[in-house]
Amino acid sequence: MTASVQPAEQSAATTLLRFATAGSVDDGKSTLVGRLLHDSKSVLTDQLEAVALASTNRGQEAPDLALLTDGLRAEREQGITIDVAYRYFATPRRRFILADTPGHVQYTRNMVTGASTAELAVVLVDARNGVVEQTRRHAAVAALLRVPHVVLAVNKMDLVEYAEPVFAAIAEEFTAYAASLGVPEITAIPISALAGDNVVEPSAHMDWYGGPTVLEHLETVPVSHDLTECHARFPVQYVIRPQTAEHPDYRGYAGQIAAGVFRVGETVSVLPSGRTTTIEGIDALGESVGVAWAPQSVTIRLADDIDVSRGDLLAPADDAPAVTQDVEATVCHVADRPLAVGQRVLLKHTTRTVKAIVKDIPSRLTLDDLSQHPAPGQLVANDIGRVVVRTAEPLALDAYAASRRTGSFLLIDPADGTTLTAGMAGASFAAVTAGAAEAAGTAADDAEWDF
Amino acid sequence: MSTVATVPEGTVHPYALSHLDSLESEAVHIFREVAGEFERPVILFSGGKDSILMLHLALKAFAPAPVPFTLLHVDTGHNFPEVLEYRDRTVAEHGLRLHVASVQEYIDAGKLRERPDGTRNPLQTVPLTEAIQQHRFDAVFGGGRRDEEKARAKERVFSLRDEFSQWDPRRQRPELWQLYNGRHAPGEHVRVFPISNWTELDVWQYIEREGIELPGIYFAHEREVFNRSGMWLTAGDWGGPKEHEKVETRQVRYRTVGDMSCTGAVDSDATTLDDVITEIAASRLTERGATRADDKMSEAAMEDRKREGYF
Ligand SMILES: Nc1nc2c(ncn2[C@@H]2O[C@H](COP(=O)(O)OP(=O)(O)OP(=O)(O)O)[C@@H](O)[C@H]2O)c(=O)[nH]1
Ligand SMILES: [Mg+2]
Repeated sequence: MTASVQPAEQSAATTLLRFATAGSVDDGKSTLVGRLLHDSKSVLTDQLEAVALASTNRGQEAPDLALLTDGLRAEREQGITIDVAYRYFATPRRRFILADTPGHVQYTRNMVTGASTAELAVVLVDARNGVVEQTRRHAAVAALLRVPHVVLAVNKMDLVEYAEPVFAAIAEEFTAYAASLGVPEITAIPISALAGDNVVEPSAHMDWYGGPTVLEHLETVPVSHDLTECHARFPVQYVIRPQTAEHPDYRGYAGQIAAGVFRVGETVSVLPSGRTTTIEGIDALGESVGVAWAPQSVTIRLADDIDVSRGDLLAPADDAPAVTQDVEATVCHVADRPLAVGQRVLLKHTTRTVKAIVKDIPSRLTLDDLSQHPAPGQLVANDIGRVVVRTAEPLALDAYAASRRTGSFLLIDPADGTTLTAGMAGASFAAVTAGAAEAAGTAADDAEWDF
Repeated sequence: MSTVATVPEGTVHPYALSHLDSLESEAVHIFREVAGEFERPVILFSGGKDSILMLHLALKAFAPAPVPFTLLHVDTGHNFPEVLEYRDRTVAEHGLRLHVASVQEYIDAGKLRERPDGTRNPLQTVPLTEAIQQHRFDAVFGGGRRDEEKARAKERVFSLRDEFSQWDPRRQRPELWQLYNGRHAPGEHVRVFPISNWTELDVWQYIEREGIELPGIYFAHEREVFNRSGMWLTAGDWGGPKEHEKVETRQVRYRTVGDMSCTGAVDSDATTLDDVITEIAASRLTERGATRADDKMSEAAMEDRKREGYF
């Protein structure tokens, strides 16, 4: 439910920000989310009553705000988050889709799920424990997924007497680590999710901090419209051919624009075949338009009657991706069963699924120092590694860094459909520009590759 | 040590999408993925606002071609007559094909037993599952939204179900980017929730924007109701009121439409879409909290029903 502070000001035309929480188990992610929802008055009376009752039944004195998102029976019994919870709230300035993810290493795949669609990640750290292995893993996942904005929330400041040096040391360590991952910019905020300091309201205990609260930052961070500045890409999902008396000759290619902008009259290539044609018309869910952009769902009509079907990609003729059967990528392994060299898999890329074989696993990432452990032979659950895959058919694949949507893929077990890995084509992390470690906050140069 | 983003306020990007357009585009993408990858998809259509919204989005997704799916309604036998009338009119208008799974037939045949409290919502699971098996549906669209309930908040857009329709919340497939993995073994199926990310307010704002017609019971009207466990239920031959329950005429509307035996009306004078939107934006109760007896049964009532194969 989205009842905001000032409902009257909520217009249907506000922007949407998708963000995810991250960080180690018990660092306070769900409590922060609960606090954010509660203090922005997004929790309704019956939800709050239910949480208060559930907390009392568990012998807790105050309502446990984590119960607002820890909704599964097993989660409540164990006091941990197991799977992503999606919550929705709005302020007069913006609407939010929030994914509260689990910190437990066993459920990293669910964190990857929540972060894969996020435009911003809030990484929490317990001020008493500082940066731990799972903080590093989640920061690495966020960097790999190229989540555009990363916020560090140093939580439980109430347990370290709201002391600035504690915050500063953690912020420094994390920022340096993030910089070595190529994360261009970190916003660090000292908070107490439990007490509400710097979550929605500025803290009365930390005069030394002059930056925004978590909510202020979420409300003002620029929502990335970068998508429309990227190379234009249109994976064909479905061919619309009514063959009715009214529309005997209509033939349209339905899909969601993955990146960039398409215009009527533009010359496009159809990949992997490579044939070119012209965009004759664009139907945008009920009206014909001259221009359409990501992530609109549209139907494109082409001037020539050429063979186009689900799995093909339309791209500007002068800016089309190369077509390849050899994929080099970084993967997050998300299945309990391992991925081994020689394994036969299915590769799902945009709207195309093809047979593939794992040719090589050149390295696995060591989280502590980000070094590459060579030739591990296989990847197991929660590993991050490099893979080389050969596909049975050509793919129009972009580097993930250039295009999230057309540079990402899944490897699937053909036997039972299990999702094995999340793949990102090309180099893993954005290159670290000279001096980035000292001056974190400088945007790393995406054109450089570190592999 | 840290940098804080400074943002130029009020800059509108030429290629921005409003949040309703983003949600619409996402839902259309999901419908088209299913059309492209499954053999026998079906839309669960109850005549409630969420399923009406789904159908509207599906019609837009495939226009000017017809929707490549059939519809399935699980009829509890306690449905609102206005809603059934709406359902049949809509099916006829768009030339759709409707399957009906009837809870009443299951009760009459002795395959299901009426519950002591008379509510039939939990009884829908068996007819639903058997209809899915019988027609070999491989993708089943539901109008569930994550903002409705805390167990729903955990569900994927593509939710794999075994041959008994069971949901195992601890073994959900990772769902990465917009790459929905719908592969399943024979006998299994995938529940698909295209409007997962919509809130109640989004639904109403979109209904207003698109001029979608709804059954009249969503707007304030005079109705004979009686109070049971704090909810206004419609008097009728489904089993209410009992002797001590007093019937009165009140001005009410429905925020959700399900089975008459467990869906409550709310006091309201919202007669137009504008009024409804204003009322919802100001409401301090969730739609299920205000209107659903079935969710109040226990802390994990929805999770338990979903595990068993409920919508
Ligand atoms: N003192 C104090 N305790 C906190 C604060 N934030 C969270 N906690 C407590 O830390 C414990 C864990 O909080 P959760 O919010 O469940 O942690 P989480 O990060 O969501 O954990 P997982 O989802 O299982 O990874 C709970 O007992 C919280 O009450 C804080 O700011 N101060
Ligand atoms: Mg949690």
